[in-house]
Amino acid sequence: MSSNPIPNGRQERVTGWGRYPIVETRLVQPASDAELSVATRSDGLVARGNGRGYGDCAVGKDASVQTLALDRFESFDPETGIVVAQSGVLLKTIIDVFLPRGWFPYVTPGTKFVSLGGMAAADVHGKNHHVDGTIRRWIEWFEIVCADGQIRRCSRTENNELFEATIGGMGLTGVISRIAVRLRRVQSAYIQQQTFVAPNLAAAMELFDRHESATYSVAWIDCLAVGEAMGRSIVMLGEHATITDLPVDLRDDPFDFPLRKALGVPFAPPISPLNRFSIQAFNSLYYAAQKRKIGQSLADYDSYFYPLDSIHDWNRIYGRRGFVQHQCVLPEERSREGLLELLQFISRHTQGSFLAVLKKFGKEEGPWSFPMAGYSLALDFPVNYNIESAYAALNEIVLRHAGRLYLAKDALMGRDFAHDSDHRLANFKMFREQHGMKQKFASVLSERIDL
Amino acid sequence: MAQAFARKMANDGFDLVLAGRNTDELDAIRRDLLVRSPSCSVQCLFFDAMDMESHREMIDRLSPLPEVAACFVGSMGDEIAARCDAGALALILRSNFEGPANVLGIVAKRFEDRGSGTIVGISSVAGERGRKTNYIYGSAKAGFTAFLSGLRNQLQSAGVHVVTVLPGFVATKMTSHLSLPPALTAKPEAVASAIAKAIRKETNVIYVKPVWFVIMTIIKAIPESIFKKMSL
Ligand SMILES: Cc1cc2nc3c(=O)[nH]c(=O)nc-3n(C[C@H](O)[C@H](O)[C@H](O)COP(=O)(O)OP(=O)(O)OC[C@H]3O[C@@H](n4cnc5c(N)ncnc54)[C@H](O)[C@@H]3O)c2cc1C
Ligand SMILES: NC(=O)c1ccc[n+]([C@@H]2O[C@H](COP(=O)([O-])OP(=O)(O)OC[C@H]3O[C@@H](n4cnc5c(N)ncnc54)[C@H](OP(=O)(O)O)[C@@H]3O)[C@@H](O)[C@H]2O)c1
Repeated sequence: MSSNPIPNGRQERVTGWGRYPIVETRLVQPASDAELSVATRSDGLVARGNGRGYGDCAVGKDASVQTLALDRFESFDPETGIVVAQSGVLLKTIIDVFLPRGWFPYVTPGTKFVSLGGMAAADVHGKNHHVDGTIRRWIEWFEIVCADGQIRRCSRTENNELFEATIGGMGLTGVISRIAVRLRRVQSAYIQQQTFVAPNLAAAMELFDRHESATYSVAWIDCLAVGEAMGRSIVMLGEHATITDLPVDLRDDPFDFPLRKALGVPFAPPISPLNRFSIQAFNSLYYAAQKRKIGQSLADYDSYFYPLDSIHDWNRIYGRRGFVQHQCVLPEERSREGLLELLQFISRHTQGSFLAVLKKFGKEEGPWSFPMAGYSLALDFPVNYNIESAYAALNEIVLRHAGRLYLAKDALMGRDFAHDSDHRLANFKMFREQHGMKQKFASVLSERIDL
Repeated sequence: MAQAFARKMANDGFDLVLAGRNTDELDAIRRDLLVRSPSCSVQCLFFDAMDMESHREMIDRLSPLPEVAACFVGSMGDEIAARCDAGALALILRSNFEGPANVLGIVAKRFEDRGSGTIVGISSVAGERGRKTNYIYGSAKAGFTAFLSGLRNQLQSAGVHVVTVLPGFVATKMTSHLSLPPALTAKPEAVASAIAKAIRKETNVIYVKPVWFVIMTIIKAIPESIFKKMSL
């Protein structure tokens, strides 16, 4: 309350979405700009949004400054679709507020429980990266609390270097306090979906190429299929449904749809129920079920973009020890060979992953953002005794094919691999040193891979 | 909590008047509400609960007289200092009890004259039994709870309803430096929804999380001879 000194936060054991690693840090939750400026006085801190980064990117070396209480909208211009909001506003809130008025984010990750600040810092991509790029393209400007305590407004015309460096900068350039982001006009809450079955990797890649103009495209890949069927996938394309795409009974209320009931995972089982056999069984069933759905269908945005969001705390399903995600991107010309090697390794040496997502990216933008033209593969693995060696073996393949990992997902790569696979990181580190950011902003991630 | 309640009410179609002493903050809340609920109207008024002489004038400026009046004012103050410092003591008593009672008393009269309305007072479980760690804050809240109870009794026949809110732990600015047990801690949004529901259903006293009713029933039942030796 009012007489409370501005809170310094409290010691807390904090993790990312993968629940691994668990690190003790000081968690500070400023509720105003004034509190934010006090909270950012100390060194070794990093911003934290909604903790949907998988690994340790949002866990501060000494302190984590969580933005969720900075959740106010400031303005919305219905002419341009530009919304100005504090960085702790969740994407879910943006959709809840603006979709009924005919607006949707240009870029969305696979969960709506991310903050605006987290989206900017990771420079997130969606299923439409090949068409609409990352969130960078849709950010008009932002304000950031810098290492010197100053608040700077950054845009393409103002403090441009900091603008470019911060988007995709994983919180390591400062704490974003407010953001102006552009939304897109849509006519309904629905997606016109088209589903294809690809019997193997070559067929899946061929489908991505053939449908380059589709707004959304992504594939679920059966990473345990071997031999002829290696890389068999379900390729899903999508377009925002127009009014005339909707059946007549939905046209009166095109933004309304029956909400799914949320389920929950109340606790983390001591041992993960996900193992090679259950995943293989799941994959085969899922593949068979999807095969029957080939063709056109209509899906509401929530089940299309956020299938897992209806299961709260689904990350607990991997058990007490947590899980890690391995998401890499390989340059286009190396993708086929590299992906086959990755799949080969996964099917032989791991228990597999039941969330395995393949996506073809468009061009690289920004000084250190993750995406580059080529293919990205994302896999989840429970943390167990051989996770480190499996992860390292995958990384060895990634490195050989000139690929790199997504910092928002990684929890395990070492310093050498990080810098060998992504030479841009040396520039990033230098940029941080030059601007006095290194001391001030530090996460467990930046310490681990020496940024 | 007050902000979450304002968002909830705006979303439910109410027009709002925000009253508080930090006018910049009120204006930022107003702008947020207007983006979230563009069809609602939001007005801001300066209001200092400590300055009791000014309350009548503030209420006079309300036009039309609202359907619902909710008071979220409260302050933990400096509990330790208040044990032997008159100023610190007065601050806690005034911001948690006298100020809110004074302003709601004035509103109550207007509602009574009109013959309708709902008054919501945010008190605290701390007022249910004095504990060594926060009995000054607790006694102020106890006074406020008793005030609300009497007011309810008085206004019943006039068609005016009074809701007493006894939130357990709520994750707000006031508690952000504490590690609260998740099972006992409500989100401000949950408090807001519970209050909106209590207004609709004319509930008298709400705890938000039902477990708090159980806890407080037990705590109140402990004999004083035992309670005085406990550290809760
Ligand atoms: C189920 C699921 C699906 C996902 N799908 C995708 C996907 O399709 N595409 C994709 O790109 N990502 C995806 N992600 C990753 C997610 O979008 C990013 O990790 C995002 O950054 C999370 O946002 P957050 O608010 O939870 O941030 P956090 O996890 O809290 O933080 C992430 C990073 O952002 C920084 N940060 C947060 N707030 C600020 C701020 N205000 N100022 C400066 N830095 C800040 C942190 O320091 C940290 O480095 C997915 C994650 C999950 C759990
Ligand atoms: N959080 C909990 O766990 C909890 C539990 C039980 C009860 N409560 C009660 O719930 C209510 C809301 O508290 P909260 O948790 O939302 O904390 P909060 O954010 O600190 O809210 C208290 C509010 O009271 C206002 N206020 C204090 N003194 C005032 C004065 N003299 N004049 C005008 N406004 C004044 C504050 O305004 P300023 O911004 O100007 O300071 C602030 O908006 C309080 O009555 C509190 O006692 C809280």
